[in-house]
Amino acid sequence: MKAAIVLFPGTNREIDMKDALERAGAATEMVWHGDAEAPPCDLIVLPGGFSHGDYLRCGAMAAHSPVMRDVVARARAGAPVLGVCNGFQMLIETGLLPGALLRNAGLNFVCRDVHLRLENRRLPLTGALAEGDVIRVPVAHGDGNYFADDETLRRLEGEGRIVFRYVAGPDETEERANPNGSAAGVAGVVNDAGNVLGMMPHPEDATGPRQQSRDAAPLFDGLVEALS
Amino acid sequence: MKARVHITLRNGVLDPQGKAIHNALGALGFDGVREVRQGKVIDLDLADTDETGARARIERMCEKLLANTTIENYAIELC
Amino acid sequence: MSAEPAVTPNVVAEHGLTEDEYARILEIVGREPNITELGIFSAMWNEHCSYKSSRVWLKTLPTRAPWVICGPGENAGAVDIGDGQAAVFKMESHNHPSFIEPRQGAATGVGGIMRDVFTMGARPIATMNALRFGAPGHPRTRHLVAGVVGGVGSYGNCVGVPTVGGETTFHGSYDGNNLVNAMCVGLAPADRIFYAAAGVVGAPVVYVGSSTGRDGIHGASMASAGFDEDAGEKRPTVQVGDPFTEKLLLEACLELMATDSIIGIQDMGAAGLTCSSVEMADKGHAGIDLDLDATPRREEGMTAYELMLSESQERMLMAIRPEAEERARAIFEKWELDFAVVGRITDTGRLVVRKDGRVRADLPVKPLSDRAPVYERPWVETPPRAALAPGDAPAPVSTQDALATLMGSPDLCSRRWIWEQYDHLVMGRTAQRPGGDAAVVETPGVEGKGIAITTDCTPRYCEADPAMGGRQAVAEAFRNLTAVGARPLAATDCLNFGNPERPDIMGTFVGAIGGLGEACRALDMPIVSGNVSFYNETDGRAVQPTPTIGAIGLIDDLDFMARIGFGGEGQAIVVIGDTAGHLGASLYLREIAGREDGAPPPVDLGAERRNGDAVRGLIRRGDVAACHDVSDGGLLVALAEMALASGIGFSVDRPAGAPPAHAFWFGEDQARYVVAVDGDGAGVVRGARNAGVAATVLGAAGGDSLTVDGASPISLKTVRDRHESWLPAYMAGPGRATAEDRRWR
Repeated sequence: MKAAIVLFPGTNREIDMKDALERAGAATEMVWHGDAEAPPCDLIVLPGGFSHGDYLRCGAMAAHSPVMRDVVARARAGAPVLGVCNGFQMLIETGLLPGALLRNAGLNFVCRDVHLRLENRRLPLTGALAEGDVIRVPVAHGDGNYFADDETLRRLEGEGRIVFRYVAGPDETEERANPNGSAAGVAGVVNDAGNVLGMMPHPEDATGPRQQSRDAAPLFDGLVEALS
Repeated sequence: MKARVHITLRNGVLDPQGKAIHNALGALGFDGVREVRQGKVIDLDLADTDETGARARIERMCEKLLANTTIENYAIELC
Repeated sequence: MSAEPAVTPNVVAEHGLTEDEYARILEIVGREPNITELGIFSAMWNEHCSYKSSRVWLKTLPTRAPWVICGPGENAGAVDIGDGQAAVFKMESHNHPSFIEPRQGAATGVGGIMRDVFTMGARPIATMNALRFGAPGHPRTRHLVAGVVGGVGSYGNCVGVPTVGGETTFHGSYDGNNLVNAMCVGLAPADRIFYAAAGVVGAPVVYVGSSTGRDGIHGASMASAGFDEDAGEKRPTVQVGDPFTEKLLLEACLELMATDSIIGIQDMGAAGLTCSSVEMADKGHAGIDLDLDATPRREEGMTAYELMLSESQERMLMAIRPEAEERARAIFEKWELDFAVVGRITDTGRLVVRKDGRVRADLPVKPLSDRAPVYERPWVETPPRAALAPGDAPAPVSTQDALATLMGSPDLCSRRWIWEQYDHLVMGRTAQRPGGDAAVVETPGVEGKGIAITTDCTPRYCEADPAMGGRQAVAEAFRNLTAVGARPLAATDCLNFGNPERPDIMGTFVGAIGGLGEACRALDMPIVSGNVSFYNETDGRAVQPTPTIGAIGLIDDLDFMARIGFGGEGQAIVVIGDTAGHLGASLYLREIAGREDGAPPPVDLGAERRNGDAVRGLIRRGDVAACHDVSDGGLLVALAEMALASGIGFSVDRPAGAPPAHAFWFGEDQARYVVAVDGDGAGVVRGARNAGVAATVLGAAGGDSLTVDGASPISLKTVRDRHESWLPAYMAGPGRATAEDRRWR
């Protein structure tokens, strides 16, 4: 399985993502945002960071990068695409995923572990996790407050497209469970075809032997297996 | 030609920054502020000379990049 | 364009130059300098760049060791960490700018220290910061905390370098001068470190990064003047940081450094183009010609004076191999950064600055640095304070209540509110997060090896006894590194003091340097980089002497890294080191008795070494499950922190013959650690004693409450609530924009 990781000016979690994918056995290739197209691959990843400084709106300028025309076209044709944090923001700006990501309800940047429950039926992109599984992974963002109008939220819920939801971990209050005020506790959503997944938390930072949680390792293992 | 684009959050979209400003005003004793909504202003200096054409071009800029029309409104002011 | 201002005695004084200094300039130049030349001298000779008040004392610090690759004098220090890698690090202050505009001041402080590190060819892998604020009740404190923390976070988060920890304390002496000390650690190939020196005649001098505006002009001079009532007026000179450009600059520089193109490179920090060009030529024993018309600018009508002194951020100056110019240009253009050839290295030994076809400055390079004034400022020794006997400090009504109060006090409560705003995980190698004794980052490229990082200083000790306080800062850094299992390697110092022209203040500086030097020698931790910040005083009130130490250590095998949380129920709790019950200048005395008197605890460097080596040995052998340095608040606070980190309570008893309870549990005696071990602890005690190190079993971990000397237990939840609630509650309080603040805006 080969993954292409797209680099934008200001991307900063590409190494984290590369390490996580390679630990699970994938081959990776970095792609510059100015390239006309991504190389042949089984998965396209839009990693975290502050593309274009997050100026104007997070992910807004990156969504119009040359390579994104190819990414959007391939996504619409069914190619698997994973966007994490800034990558999720880009997927929303391209219109591949619905809703918007606003400033965190607490206004501050927040970096800490959260608990996520896998809500969806299994998708290739959710790997070896089973519905209902709860994993501990970190978030690190200032604009992760998921917003969609009521009708969209109802539709997402009805179609099983809310993939990950923030839930309280052991000894954690409900109030602290949701780190950013996201509507309905949404942490990650998928497109209607099931091939484009965007999420705010960083599963890639919960896979290594020195990281304090390895809960997301099965996600990458399963992902690599499903796409190989 | 100079143009100013005002970008504001659509009604009903939560505005945490506006809420914080509202609270701060209250703490400073400014009573009677019913709501605060914040947004941004983008100034453009254009080579265009034709107002109608410029306005149409700025609208396209807003739709494509400057505003996220899922959550934001925009208003164009030519000066 | 208006005519250049004349150089009058008034103008000379406004540039912070004394009559003697100006006489020396006349002698060097051989004529009256013009305004641009005066500005260049003023920038090079102010305290911030020339270290004129501190230089004679800094020379007394140990700076060498077999593993030191580069000591003070370059952008940052470098030490060999094996496997062909070097750790490059430095700490620097950005105090004055952060007081005037906390968010931008702190952000640009972080940006500056990162540039110092990647200028040397190292990729930054972690930052830390030591923050000192005024009393929580002071009307500006909350605003400053919010701004500084937001600024540090916004910059580091965006560049993508984890902010892995630091320290934050409050004291009234910082009401008018907060301190923001930022440290950055980077990693470079040990044989590919880049320096400033550019001695290749004819080499093009290249300007890269952001374009130049009028920001920060006089910034370096500002850092060398005390505040008075109208400090708010100086606000427009504060620079604005652009972390996005910094990230691009970082990637572009490292990409170019991987090719063989750069002769010398220097960050444009304080006094921008002036300092960087002079340094490059001076260290290369060469001259330099600059053509300011080629300088990328973002404002109209900038003068030579302004261009030479601007402190616009995110800029670098490089001398490159002539044949590498096109390759270098292509890299910087790919990263969408300004790239301009602005001059050449010459053999004239002179700095020649041209603009609009005219020579605007023509000065000899060497005397700009060599003949900078050096002062042996008069100083008086700080009078010693009387030691405080345990009986002189009042005993609390209950040990448990005193513990709960301390755990919820401003200086001991949880800093979660701060570090959750810092991305401490980006790069994926944070092996030990904020909240422990030292942060640990796994080294990229070598799996299982870790660099431990800490920043330390106890200003109340330094105020009571500067020499002892200086020793203690190094000793505590040594202990914090040791407590995670690291071998301490080297340190950087960031020395924050008041006005050095006052003999009493100068005396605290001299004392502290003496203490730092002794401890660094005894503990084998050379100082490889650093910075001095004087004039941290307002209306004659100086900050507590604050010689902050940043230090790094090495963990060869991360499987043997210790954390502070207890490892499990029933583990024996052992204190290593002697407890005499020193309460002088302690937090107990300040928070419980409302007093700040007494001598600080003595620091026995022999015991520090012995006890530290013993503890590191235990960790290396896998004999201990948890380890924590004992410092602020004493033994019981250390135990409570271990309980909170693990969610496991404890029951402990004061040994027979120990000092009175409050002195035993809250005394701040040095050279101590608490370790938790499986079994009854007898083996560890025996081993330690055989090595001549005191060790005593205090009790065992277990349950969900804390029991001390058999008194009624206090629940872990109560302690946690107290510990976690103070800072968020304080920051949620009113007054982020008070009338007082507006005066400063």
